Amino acid sequence: MSPDKLVYMANQIARFMETKPHAEGVAGVASHINDFWEPRMRKQFFEILETGGDGFRPLVREAAKQIRRPV
Amino acid sequence: MKDSRLLDRDFGTPAARSEKMITLTVDGFEVSVPEGTSVMRAASEAGISVPKLCATDMLDAFGSCRLCLVEIEGRAGTPASCTTPVAPGMVVHTQTGRLKDLRKGVMELYISDHPLDCLTCAANGDCELQDMAGAVGLRDVRYEAVDTHFRARNAGGDVNPQWLAKDESNPYFTYDPSKCIVCSRCVRACEEVQGTFALTIEGRGFDSRVSAGMMGDTFLSSDCVSCGACVQACPTATLQEKSVIEIGTPERAVVTTCAYCGVGCSFKAEMRGDELVRMVPYKDGKANRGHSCVKGRFAWGYAQHKDRILKPMIREAITDPWREVSWDEALSFAAGRMKAIQAKHGRQSVGVITSSRCTNEETYLVQKLTRAVFRNNNTDTCARVCHSPTGYGLGQTFGTSAGTQDFDSVEHTDVVIVMGANPTDGHPVFASRLKKRLRKGAKLIVIDPRRIDLVQSPHIKAAHHLQLKPGTNVAVISAIAHTIVTEGLFDETFIRERCDWDEFQDYAEFIADPRHSPEATADLTGVPAEELRAAARLYARGGNGAIYYGLGVTEHSQGSTTVIGIANLAMMTGNIGRKGVGVNPLRGQNNVQGSCDMGSFPHELPGYRHVKHDHVREIFESLWGVELDKEPGLRIPNMLDAAVEGTFKGLYCQGEDILQSDPDTKHVAAGLAAMDCVIVHDLFLNETANYAHVFLPGSTFLEKDGTFTNAERRINRVRKVMAPKNGYADWEITQMLANAMGANWTYTHPSEIMAEISLTTPSFAGVSYERLEELGSVQWPCNEKNPEGTPLMHIDGFVRGKGKFIRTEYVATDERTGPRFPLLLTTGRILSQYNVGAQTRRTANTVWHEEDVLEIHPHDAENRGLKDGDWVRLASRSGETTLRAKITERVSPGVVYTTFHHPTTQANVITTDFSDWATNCPEYKVTAVQVAPSNGPSAWQEDYAAQAELSRRILPAAE
Repeated sequence: MSPDKLVYMANQIARFMETKPHAEGVAGVASHINDFWEPRMRKQFFEILETGGDGFRPLVREAAKQIRRPV
Repeated sequence: MKDSRLLDRDFGTPAARSEKMITLTVDGFEVSVPEGTSVMRAASEAGISVPKLCATDMLDAFGSCRLCLVEIEGRAGTPASCTTPVAPGMVVHTQTGRLKDLRKGVMELYISDHPLDCLTCAANGDCELQDMAGAVGLRDVRYEAVDTHFRARNAGGDVNPQWLAKDESNPYFTYDPSKCIVCSRCVRACEEVQGTFALTIEGRGFDSRVSAGMMGDTFLSSDCVSCGACVQACPTATLQEKSVIEIGTPERAVVTTCAYCGVGCSFKAEMRGDELVRMVPYKDGKANRGHSCVKGRFAWGYAQHKDRILKPMIREAITDPWREVSWDEALSFAAGRMKAIQAKHGRQSVGVITSSRCTNEETYLVQKLTRAVFRNNNTDTCARVCHSPTGYGLGQTFGTSAGTQDFDSVEHTDVVIVMGANPTDGHPVFASRLKKRLRKGAKLIVIDPRRIDLVQSPHIKAAHHLQLKPGTNVAVISAIAHTIVTEGLFDETFIRERCDWDEFQDYAEFIADPRHSPEATADLTGVPAEELRAAARLYARGGNGAIYYGLGVTEHSQGSTTVIGIANLAMMTGNIGRKGVGVNPLRGQNNVQGSCDMGSFPHELPGYRHVKHDHVREIFESLWGVELDKEPGLRIPNMLDAAVEGTFKGLYCQGEDILQSDPDTKHVAAGLAAMDCVIVHDLFLNETANYAHVFLPGSTFLEKDGTFTNAERRINRVRKVMAPKNGYADWEITQMLANAMGANWTYTHPSEIMAEISLTTPSFAGVSYERLEELGSVQWPCNEKNPEGTPLMHIDGFVRGKGKFIRTEYVATDERTGPRFPLLLTTGRILSQYNVGAQTRRTANTVWHEEDVLEIHPHDAENRGLKDGDWVRLASRSGETTLRAKITERVSPGVVYTTFHHPTTQANVITTDFSDWATNCPEYKVTAVQVAPSNGPSAWQEDYAAQAELSRRILPAAE
């Protein structure tokens, strides 16, 4: 999908998780993406992140460490 | 001999609810019945049928026909048994010399004004008047009637002013006034059962006539919604199905389940040979209790429609015409292409879409096909675009993703919130049951941008209509929660017992912030603060509070958040876990609940268990003998994105029409066009089939065995009443495709598939065809703990343990109005049509809705110089289309509304790719648009129609 759309979707998840206590929010973003994003989407997620990922909200960037890298 | 199911036993009056039992004797037989039962019903319970004409157990007693007279020892006269309640020790006689004479006299009078054309009458053999003439032993009519209602001309040859012509305006039934005995059953059915009040008795005495609507109306032009309740109630041929007039009376009946909406009504399919004569709602059906709507009752003609495709077809490219081939050729072509795609593009390059219109067993097989044969988790279903946020939201808060109640529960409700749903159109039989409760005094709160019929209709008026701006659901729900929390209206005992008190404290602190108050959000939502506060107080403190909601809740960027907010409201007010309360998603399609239960989602196996769990995969791996993928698969929008990108190339789509039903049509078309193998399995060459390479003809619900699961989690049997016209039931076709791909499936009947489901899925552990035969239907969970199923959920505790309060911050959708697109479009459905219309457009239902129209407020119409019925151009940033305008105050200024039943309109060209944050459920309910006068179809519509026509060409079969 277009990088903009993927960033948009990740940020939407973050907007919801931002209302939770911080650690829970970070884990929430990561587990949501782990549970519902097909590996192709996660692969693209890391590609965008690795080329800067400026569009991501801070919570998404923080959650990235807990997001499973597709093999 | 007639099939016993043809004649439902009619007890004459409705069952009484009292727990106190009264004992009496009827004709010497002792019988005990609940207090409040009529003598007629008590006699019936004792096995004695008192003659009757105006009584039926679907309606309250009326006492007008004077046929059901009885004698009661110690009482004077001959009271009507239908209106006389039982008393302790009562001694009733139903058959005495005096009663026999009286009844004969009454019948003689009825018959003197009735045409004695029984042999050629459509109700011959199915007429209560005929039966009663026989029952009372009427042998002679002494009266020579001078004035009659049934002779077109009187003896002198003059026109008889009392004779009225047959009204044949309704496409499905006729009204023949000459056969009417004015028992009022039809009028009362319209009031009591349906709640429309379209019928009345006009005139008095000999002039009394059944009349639809106002003076000069026909049945079609009146308010009649063609639910069929009056036809069913009529004891004569006065109101008669046209199909019975044409074919004759049925000879057997098979109980089955309607294939339209999520109410899941039980019907008797009444048959003569393999011809369906009529569908009659089944009184023992626990979802509908003997009621129906125009779709289930009458709109089944599509099953025999000439457009049905009965032979498999293939083509090399979507620009080629179709070629009819044998099943073998079609299946090996399809399997060959899918295998080639996987060989070239990898295991993950193909997938399936299961159908919410097909049975549980069929859906289970389709998801099994992708998991066990394609070896990936790329399966999704139309719930993605309707109730996936319900799955997420209720799963998070309660621990399971289904409605908490049965439909009977509404009879115990004191305050009903209907949010983002239009039950009188979308779930009509439930709406009738709801309206019945409202007429008895329950209060109603409607939260909807449109003034739906429930807001005000005959004998119904909502206490509050919160007419919010589209896209502000979370703000409204949060403001209600704010009011309940800050005014101390929450149920502390319930929260402490059933939820986590600390979590509630956290939520309360969050929601008490003034930014969530009704006053602070009124400008944003358009809902006056005082009105909202009054509604919140009513829900919290008005007694049993129940919430029913629909796609107006889920189909938003914050759909899942709103569902969570609704669950929060129910928990904080203690409205969970007993009759009359609960959170009830009104499911769209007949088996959307079942398709979710059966593991249609890409992240979970049957029974809502995530694919990441080793212990869950192991259950299926050991049974299926393959290793399963532990990564979540692609959801429908992700499949289309991946297709456009070139990594998703093959799709098997059963019984869905994603090109018409899914948002942003141009994107869907681009995705489909980019694939190498699209297999459409359907009744008709639907819109998606324009982009297909293989067409596998499907079977209708009349042609196969299986089960559907309705919005109450009720598993109902679907029974085969005729052989599949296409040769195979859909489950057989999926099995043949799987086997062509190298699987070795050997199911010989859907009951074997259900056995596999119950073996693998704990909530279905107790479900089997034998059990369903025994109980009629069962609500999951059905297992060792609940062998008869579970009508009410979360009674002693939530499925997840403690109910979980979750914060619900309002985030405005990015779909906003501006100078280019100043109006908000919201979409929905209408009573007579269903979903993409593939079925209903192929029935006479089109007489009520032959095209989609755009509802627009008079103010917005005037600004644009539009008149009612004008062609208008509707445009968004995604696309544009044209349709006719309907000027109405049902929508607020700034809001327009349309339906998506017709492919020529293509409302989804307009909708965008915004979606729910948690589930990707599309935001159908909010699109910024502009409306302007137009001369005719848009360029898109013309191109689309041309492409569709080319794509539907079928080569003549080879000799």
